[in-house]
Amino acid sequence: MRYAIEVDHVTRVFGGKGDKVHAKALDDISLQVDEGELFGLLGPNGAGKTTLIKILATLLLPSEGSVRVLGHDVVKEYNKIRARINMVSGGEISGYGLLTVRENLWMFSQFYGIPPKVARQRMDDLLERFGLLDKADAKVRTISTGQKQKMNVIRGFVTDPDLIYLDEPTLGLDVNASLAIRSFLRKWVKDTPGKTMLLTTHYMVEADELCDRVAIIDQGRILACDSPSNLKRMLKRATTFDIETTAFPGLDSMPSMDGLQGYNSKSVGDRALTRFVVNDEAVISEIISHISSKGGRIIALGKSEATLEDVFIHLVGRGLE
Amino acid sequence: MRDALRRDLRTIRWSAWLGWQMESNWTNPLLFLVYSIVKPVFGTFILVFMFVIILGDVATDPVLFSYMYVGNAFYMFVAQVMFGVAYVVQEDRERFKTLKQVYIAPISFFLYVVGRALSKMAVTALAVVITLVFGVMALDVAVDLGQTAWLMFGIGLFIGLACICTIGVALAGVTFLTARHSSGINEGIAGLFYLFCGVVYPITVLPQWAQNIGLAIPITYWLELMRRSLVPSMDFSEMSGLGEYSDLSILLFLTLSSMAFLILSIGIFKYADHLARKKGKLDMNSTY
Ligand SMILES: Nc1ncnc2c1ncn2[C@@H]1O[C@H](COP(=O)(O)OP(=O)(O)O)[C@@H](O)[C@H]1O
Ligand SMILES: [Mg+2]
Repeated sequence: MRYAIEVDHVTRVFGGKGDKVHAKALDDISLQVDEGELFGLLGPNGAGKTTLIKILATLLLPSEGSVRVLGHDVVKEYNKIRARINMVSGGEISGYGLLTVRENLWMFSQFYGIPPKVARQRMDDLLERFGLLDKADAKVRTISTGQKQKMNVIRGFVTDPDLIYLDEPTLGLDVNASLAIRSFLRKWVKDTPGKTMLLTTHYMVEADELCDRVAIIDQGRILACDSPSNLKRMLKRATTFDIETTAFPGLDSMPSMDGLQGYNSKSVGDRALTRFVVNDEAVISEIISHISSKGGRIIALGKSEATLEDVFIHLVGRGLE
Repeated sequence: MRDALRRDLRTIRWSAWLGWQMESNWTNPLLFLVYSIVKPVFGTFILVFMFVIILGDVATDPVLFSYMYVGNAFYMFVAQVMFGVAYVVQEDRERFKTLKQVYIAPISFFLYVVGRALSKMAVTALAVVITLVFGVMALDVAVDLGQTAWLMFGIGLFIGLACICTIGVALAGVTFLTARHSSGINEGIAGLFYLFCGVVYPITVLPQWAQNIGLAIPITYWLELMRRSLVPSMDFSEMSGLGEYSDLSILLFLTLSSMAFLILSIGIFKYADHLARKKGKLDMNSTY
């Protein structure tokens, strides 16, 4: 089996020692992605996902370590890599507003040397699959954010890359646009077995649903890397409880307790929904008495299926968002 | 080899096309004309007025006036391309957010910028021609196309424009590393060329060291060649400081200095490109 991506002890630092900014965005990361795999990077904001993608896309050099993409070194042999990869970044509206959707896509397809007939065929096909055919001749500045992002995804796929990077492709999109993009990605991977996709996200459902394997990344380090089901199996000894309470002070700072792995709270109006990952169910009574000692009242309590987010809570002690 | 050439030509073709779409993107063609032509022509008027105020009349010193007028007209290429090309990088990076996408495409980014520069040159060429025609008709600038050595003119024009283009691309590379308002490098360089290259006054008015700088820059020879070919009836040799050299020698100096600048420009671009990847500047946002 050949690797599409081999990352070997990579560190990336921003800013020199004397500089105002000095951040270690990646800290001694190693990972391999197989050809044909749909690989996910799951981690909170600032984890280092985009930094890693930029290195893989030949936009940024690693400070230390080596990276091979499709068998070539990203520092020295970027010219052999570029024709075979592409990248789509979410959360950032891009495109030449005064060109039409079709013109934008066409120009990029020509930069990749796609024969005109093939390019036209692919463009029409992809525009249709994303329901964008009726906007094909509209100026990009006149279409909606969701439509721009769909165009961007099409731009990534119109060059038929062997390896594609998708950096939070559904960030900030409405449910329908996200669903359309996700279902396209799922189908693409199924229909083109030799092609590799690297997807970053901080939506755990996305990682869970789409990815063959997921690396959980936080503060520039990989904490775990496996298939979603294996990751969840890590939690075999752990159990997940959802406790709904009235809001009370100190919700975000539970004292450490034996058997409590981690928790994540979200407030919903005047209530709070907290997810606890515990590896000893006995700790629940301690949690409940802590809540009532702080003036909180329990409204509902339930045991639930483990998700990837629970794996994250288990590993890091806090939630993804 | 042939594939590489075809790819490079394709790159230039489509980036020039993109540039042209941007340059000519005026819902109103009249506005387009005003912006790209009337503006530079008015810039020329300022110069004419200054000449008239100082020397009283255009006819007082027709040789100096033609010298200045033609030099100023061709200098528009330098100014427009240098400002324009840096703007290409900034706009792609911060307004359209396409810099990363173009950068990772399997093309030479250098040639992508060349293509964008070509579209600016096309618009500028229109302004230059209009400025010259106006000069001939209204101000007695002694352009005499009947006497023009067209081959010399054509080759000289091509080399000069190619040289301006590569200097522009080098500055585009530098723009990778600089934020929107903090640089001024391009304006600075364009200003230096204005100062040292005998644009509106002959370099002989400069001190010797400054003349030496002028003699190392291809623009100096380019402007001299443009004047000699378009205004063959006037003798600039008294004032230009280049009178002792034949047309062919000037062309040779232009070619040699342009080649040196080409090599320098490619070096600067490559180094800036490497630094941008190293420092992570390719999707930098200028803070205002
Ligand atoms: N160009 C840069 N200069 C300085 N710091 C940066 C730069 N890019 C990223 N960082 C820092 O590196 C860390 C990781 O960022 P990033 O890779 O964007 O995370 P993610 O994509 O997972 O949200 C953050 O702390 C961020 O502030
Ligand atoms: Mg990111």
